[in-house]
Amino acid sequence: MQLNKVDVVNVQGGGSSAGIKSVETGTANIGMSSRELTPDEQGLTVIPIAIDGIALILHPSNPLQNLSLAQIRDIYTGKIKNWDSVGGPNWQIHLVTREEGSGTRSAFSDLVMSGSQIYPGAIVQDSNGAVRQVIAGDKAAIGYISLGLVDNEVKALNIDGITPSKDTILNHDYKFWRRFLFLVKGQETPPEKQFIDFVLSSDGQALLSREGLVPISAVSGGTSSP
Amino acid sequence: MIDFKEKSTELALLFLALSSIASLALITIFIIAEGVPVISKVGIINFLFGTEWAPSLGKYGILPMIVGSISVTLVALVIAVPTALCCAIFLVELSPRFLASIVRPAIQVLAGIPSVVYGFWGLIFIVPFIRNYLGGPGFSILAGSIILAIMTLPTIISIAEDALRALPPSYKEGSLALGTTQWQTIVSLQIPAARSGITAAIVLGMGRAIGETMAVIMVLGNAVALPKSILDPARTLTTNIGIEMGYASGEHQQALFATGIVLLIIIMILNSIAQYAARRR
Amino acid sequence: MSKIFNRRNNQRIAKVLIWAAAFAVILVMLAIIIYVLGKGLPVVNLNFLTQQPSDAGRAGGISSAIVGTLLVTFVAILVATPLGVGTAFYLTEYARESTVTRIIRFSAECLAGVPSIVYGLFGFIVFVIFLKLGWSVLSGGLTLAIMVLPTIIRTTEEAIRAVPKIYREVSFSLGGSRWQTITRAVVPSALPGITTGIILSIGRCVGETAAVILTAGSSLRMPTSLLSPTRTMAVHFYILAREGISIDIAYGTAALLIISVLIIDIVANILVRVFVAKVR
Repeated sequence: MQLNKVDVVNVQGGGSSAGIKSVETGTANIGMSSRELTPDEQGLTVIPIAIDGIALILHPSNPLQNLSLAQIRDIYTGKIKNWDSVGGPNWQIHLVTREEGSGTRSAFSDLVMSGSQIYPGAIVQDSNGAVRQVIAGDKAAIGYISLGLVDNEVKALNIDGITPSKDTILNHDYKFWRRFLFLVKGQETPPEKQFIDFVLSSDGQALLSREGLVPISAVSGGTSSP
Repeated sequence: MIDFKEKSTELALLFLALSSIASLALITIFIIAEGVPVISKVGIINFLFGTEWAPSLGKYGILPMIVGSISVTLVALVIAVPTALCCAIFLVELSPRFLASIVRPAIQVLAGIPSVVYGFWGLIFIVPFIRNYLGGPGFSILAGSIILAIMTLPTIISIAEDALRALPPSYKEGSLALGTTQWQTIVSLQIPAARSGITAAIVLGMGRAIGETMAVIMVLGNAVALPKSILDPARTLTTNIGIEMGYASGEHQQALFATGIVLLIIIMILNSIAQYAARRR
Repeated sequence: MSKIFNRRNNQRIAKVLIWAAAFAVILVMLAIIIYVLGKGLPVVNLNFLTQQPSDAGRAGGISSAIVGTLLVTFVAILVATPLGVGTAFYLTEYARESTVTRIIRFSAECLAGVPSIVYGLFGFIVFVIFLKLGWSVLSGGLTLAIMVLPTIIRTTEEAIRAVPKIYREVSFSLGGSRWQTITRAVVPSALPGITTGIILSIGRCVGETAAVILTAGSSLRMPTSLLSPTRTMAVHFYILAREGISIDIAYGTAALLIISVLIIDIVANILVRVFVAKVR
């Protein structure tokens, strides 16, 4: 962000729960989360900045292109253990998931698992990039990552026939997405407001779009909740 | 005047000593204070032997992590100890001087590589190798063990080497004079004679292996379930803390400290064994 | 007859196995070093060392991570060395041997073995959140200081104990005070050991990731003060490699890390030899 350099913005990584917690404790001025706040995380101002699809990804050499939601759920509960049960090759399925505090995982749980537990024997990685790395290296693996992070090392699955993309998210065909939130505690200080305003401006939103996200300004209704 | 300088330096050193001890005590007390509430709430048996770790459901059983830590360490030792002993014997008995001056620095270099680099190297080479030739997802206890074995080699080799060198030459000479071969001498005499030092080496290697986090977190798979074979993904006590530390809060965080207590106790036990072994010279 | 046959064969087999083991160790070391340096050294150039990361680390250099590493390590060693060396001297030279000293020694021994992640957890709660230092050079440095303190105490103590008693006795018999004895008779002989301990700790700090990532933070900017968040090279490597941001820069960082540790080792060896020569 070389456009206006008034104050310094330091960025710290970590999952959604870490982002929420650091704003609550005052360790960070602005927290970021890719999941909604839980009932006992109230008291923060929620500012949506983008929405992002969750893509189920496979290795490019996995011949499958489409799976139903029910099939994906059965794979992730561990009920289906081999790709040939869903029309794929005779390979044992290698499940990859995010860690428990991840916003991506929590969105995945809500949208796909609907209450069922993710198989405890699944491989856990602590970032979307790491999940993508695992899938890119293992032809029998399946994982879920932010749609914005899908590159040509992995391929995104169609779910119930719908291809994930910015368009199918915006016209509500692809239902697997979550909001990216900025969280602030109390009143925004001027530097915080300046940064947030920048992100919500057309320049900022264009940057988000370039990174593969769906900017909140493109969503009809603006701040609609999932 | 000399007395004043004496006294003041003594006081200064005392102050430094008390500060160090205070900070070390602080961390110990802190870990225990944070961790005990969860252990008493969940019950020590449930905590140590519970097989389900699901913080969002309030379940804090760390048996899968204990099994993970023990298996990874044991398999690592199975790989590392014979190799390390052979290398120690090599350096002490068999190698010509010029070769030793290559091998010893090589071992030191191994010791200096940061653990994250080991982990990444394991991710690139060991994990796919296991996946393609042995089965499973590759992220496995075996992958962790291989990396840990390589990482603990320098420790075990150097201490074992010292232990072997410390033996009086008369042991070896006497045995050889009686007509035994070099190998017999090594096996029946030198190794048993150096066993206290070698035990200390192994125990210290074990301590390093149990404490390793970053190298293993990349290759172990971090699955929450109890592993059933060395080709299964697993979590260790340390990687459990590593993965969840960033976002854990409240009870969950206390459970991580409780895991820290368990680690502290394990280290204490290992150190006591090492000290006991080293004393029996 | 067959017994001699067996003995000779055992001897030969054993020799082959032992040589194989040594060979395997060298092979593994070469495999790792050549791979990382091979992929990483080409990336390391003047730009790499002096430019700051840009585009979230995908481009540019790693100068801020280098500075971050230096600062955090410097703070850690600055705090831990006087504390550790002073404590070791007090325990061995001034305090009488008692249960208390034995407990302290055992605790230092144990705490030296505690996994660094536990120190990270402690540092995160106490320095970052409770003392409100936030993610900063100071939080990271203090956490690392506590982490290496037991090691410095232990190695210094061993170095002091290795000094023959006769040195002290001669000094006392010549009328030297305790302080003079320590500085003139004990310290020069113990210096190689003490230095080794400190250098070992520097190496640990440079390579440490777990304790640093949650205390010093992972900011890409050049740290401007003790309270700035920063990344160390090890953390930078970890994040780049794991999130797949830039594998090339990751390798370059790793190569720089390995070279740094190698240089630290060589410097340590030289220093030790210099000190040992001085005593002789």
